[in-house]
Amino acid sequence: MAIRDRLSGNEAVAVAMRQINPDVVAAFPITPSTEVPQYFSSFVADGKVDTEFVPVESEHSAMSACIGAQAAGARTVTATSANGLALMWEMLYIAASLRLPVMLAVVNRALSGPINIHNDHSDSMGARDSGWIQIYGETNQEAYDNLIQAIRIGEHPDVMLPVMSCYDGFITSHAVENIDLIEDDKVKEFVGEYKPQYHLNDRFNPVSMGALDLQNHYFEHKRQQAEAMRNAKKVILEVAEEFYKLTGRKYGLFEEYKMEDAEIAVVVINSTAGTAKYVVDRLREKGVKAGLVKIRVYRPFPVEEIVAALSKCKAVAVMDKADSFNAAGGPLFTDVTSALYGRADGIKVINYIYGLGGRDVKTDDIEAIYNTLLDIVKTGEVKSVYNYIGVRE
Amino acid sequence: MSKVKVERKKVITSETTWKETTPGGIIIDPGNAEDFLTGDWRSMRPVWNQEKCKQCLLCFPVCPDSSIIVDEDGKMLGIDYDHCKGCGVCAEVCPFKSIDYVEEE
Ligand code: SF4
Ligand code: SF4
Repeated sequence: MAIRDRLSGNEAVAVAMRQINPDVVAAFPITPSTEVPQYFSSFVADGKVDTEFVPVESEHSAMSACIGAQAAGARTVTATSANGLALMWEMLYIAASLRLPVMLAVVNRALSGPINIHNDHSDSMGARDSGWIQIYGETNQEAYDNLIQAIRIGEHPDVMLPVMSCYDGFITSHAVENIDLIEDDKVKEFVGEYKPQYHLNDRFNPVSMGALDLQNHYFEHKRQQAEAMRNAKKVILEVAEEFYKLTGRKYGLFEEYKMEDAEIAVVVINSTAGTAKYVVDRLREKGVKAGLVKIRVYRPFPVEEIVAALSKCKAVAVMDKADSFNAAGGPLFTDVTSALYGRADGIKVINYIYGLGGRDVKTDDIEAIYNTLLDIVKTGEVKSVYNYIGVRE
Repeated sequence: MSKVKVERKKVITSETTWKETTPGGIIIDPGNAEDFLTGDWRSMRPVWNQEKCKQCLLCFPVCPDSSIIVDEDGKMLGIDYDHCKGCGVCAEVCPFKSIDYVEEE
């Protein structure tokens, strides 16, 4: 039987970490992720986990320590936000290229500057091509469930990649919600033991990691890394299926909300999906065929599946909680449009940058987006592709 | 240094494909740098004159490429031209001028 509780997103993630009982946690505090290592260190102090907790002096050191520990064969977890993630940058690529499945809870926060502690996705979006798997969660429940699944995904022999489990700062991290927790022993059984094929502590099979890799071999290792990311899609679905059998909670690459007959749809990531679902319900009451796609897995990007989900729509708005400053559109928008290109060409797709620096996203904002889509369907005309909503004009 | 060839779990060459190579470039055969012949980088060549050599072994510890071949009894046997990069340190250090340092043909 599941355990009913009331927890904030950060508490839920810390509880997931306690249940996973990683060998090493190395972390440095930064708002709004601070509570994750804070709660977890109390589990360490109370002897509830066997984890070696390493309180490092920076996020660069946190990720470096995680890489070292994982290379030594330890299951390793950390958490960060915004500039903390930015300071890990160099090491993110090293974790991914060394094929070390470090787990990182990213509590999404606006990347400075100007300095801002509130939620948007500029931190993790900037790391979208670092070679990490990225999974996003709308609610506390999803943040909890995703981290537990992430362990299995990253460590799978066909994958061996680090995973970021992302959820919105404050909105999800600090708001207390009802949650169904899995029993400790069931989580333990689900995640199993970490058994890497190669690690530095294996004295019977000594290995070296991080050797100089020049023109003769670097490209092959990058090609192999790209293949691991492709393999991840299948593994994510297999793990989700097993998780469904354990908990009854269904996860896919993304969630489709009222998409069966939708003519207009919004594509969005994380907590705003909750607000948008409410708007979809209201529009449906008025007979508008509105739907929603909430991205769960952003890396690997589910190209074919997104195309299938959107192919029957006439107009789609992609909402980005991060700008790309490329004068072309936000990161999710460019990924969705390049997925559709040549596969489902008739669909009109527009982009909205929203909620930067924690700017509130109201139902009226989202309704305005759906109304613009209705206009596009009616007139067949797109007045503007790359738009902002919620900014003072 | 003895020159015993070690059995490799996986021989990595410039023909090895991405499907065959080790994940993330992990070295699963310790010391397999030996398989990479660096001798052809050489533009200058140390030439050992056995008759002048006093077996003082001062050349051995200074070679940056472990290319002074010494047997199990601690006897200098010559130079490993498969790996010697021709830096000339051994010739410089030899107190008995037993190593000539000449241009590579
Ligand atoms: S330093 Fe000169 S004399 Fe001494 S062992 Fe080497 S070659 Fe021989
Ligand atoms: S020339 Fe340099 S690399 Fe070659 S044997 Fe002498 S010291 Fe070693």
